[in-house]
Amino acid sequence: MTSETLNVTIDRGAAGLQDYAVPAYDNQTVLDVVSWVQQNADPTLSYRFACRVGMCGSCAMMVNGVPRWTCRTHISKVLDGNAVTIGPLRNLPVIKDLAVDMDPFFDKWVAAEGVHHGAMTRDDPIASLGDDHPEQSGADFGRECINCSICYAACDTVAGNPNYLGPAALQRAWNLLNDAKDEGRMAILEAVSGTGGCHNCHSMGSCTTYCPNELDPMSAIAGLKRETAKSFFKRGR
Amino acid sequence: MSAHGITSRAHPLWLAYILHRLSGLALALFLPLHFLLLGQALRGEAALDQSLAFSDMFLVKIAEFGLVFLLAVHMFGGLRLMAMEFLPWSPSQKTLAAGATATSFLIAVLFFMKAI
Ligand code: FES
Repeated sequence: MTSETLNVTIDRGAAGLQDYAVPAYDNQTVLDVVSWVQQNADPTLSYRFACRVGMCGSCAMMVNGVPRWTCRTHISKVLDGNAVTIGPLRNLPVIKDLAVDMDPFFDKWVAAEGVHHGAMTRDDPIASLGDDHPEQSGADFGRECINCSICYAACDTVAGNPNYLGPAALQRAWNLLNDAKDEGRMAILEAVSGTGGCHNCHSMGSCTTYCPNELDPMSAIAGLKRETAKSFFKRGR
Repeated sequence: MSAHGITSRAHPLWLAYILHRLSGLALALFLPLHFLLLGQALRGEAALDQSLAFSDMFLVKIAEFGLVFLLAVHMFGGLRLMAMEFLPWSPSQKTLAAGATATSFLIAVLFFMKAI
C-alpha cells in the first residue's frame, strides 16, 4: 500500500461521482472500503451485502471497470496507485448508488427453464444415482454458482441485447439438461433456443474470465449450442 | 471513466472475438472492389490488364499482404469458433491449435503468392 489514505470514487448515479478519503488498513476488502464510507462519511450510501464470505452473491460491483465480488476482493488487488473507482453492477437497472435491481437477472433463470422439472412425488422412494452416471458430472458443471450476476455484468452480448438470457441462466439450464433427475429436456431446449437463447452468444468469454468461482459458463453455453443443434437436425426443432 | 462501464475486456477470447468481427467487416468492404476489378474482364483483355497493372504498385502489394492476413485470421477464427463450440477440447488446446494453423496458413499463402 502506497499511502495511509485511499482515494475512493463512488458512482452515485444522479449525484454523480463522489470522492472519499478512506483510511487504509492491512486487511481490507473492497466491501470494507464501501462500508467505511457508509458508516463514517455518508450514511445515505446504499449498497448490498449479506454473508461477507463469498457465499450469497449479493455484493458484486464494478471495481475499476471490472465486475467483482467485493467481499472477497482485497483492496490491494485493485488499487490504481492509491485510487479506486467503484460503481453499480453493469447491465442491470440501478435502484440507488451501488444497489442494482436483480429482478431481470433472476427472471431470466426462470425464462431459461432453470427450474427443477421433477417426475416423481414425495411418496416415491429417493432414486439413487450411484457412480454409473457419467453424465452427472455435466450436472455438477456449474453447481458452485452463487448468482452474483458478475458474468451477466461482464457480458457484452447482454449489454447489446436486453432479451439475451445471459451466461448464468444458460449455465443453469445446461446443468439441468445433464441432470439425470431432471425431466425437462424438451422444455429446456425449447427455452434456450429462442430469440434470447444460447445462439446469441459470441463466445467472447468475459463470463468465464470474470466468474469469481472460476466456473465456465461459456463452455456450458457451447454445450447448449451443440444439444440444440443436434435436436434441430434430429427432430427439426 | 464511467464507474458503470466495463473497461477490462483485454483477455484472449474477447480479442479473438473482436479480431474476427473486424476482419469480417474489412473483407466485406473489400469484396465490391474485388468484383469491380474482375468485372473489367467483361470490357476486354486490355481493360483488365490495365486494371491489373494497378496491382503491381508497391502500396497495393502491401495491401495484399493485409488481405491475406485478414483472410487467414477470419477463416481460422471461424474454424476456432466452430471447434470451440462443437468439439470437446480444452480451451487452451483450441487456442493453440488455431493460432498454429493460422500462422502456417499465412506463411503458406505468402509463399504461394511469391511463386505466382
Ligand atoms: S457478501 Fe455474500 S458473496 Fe459477498
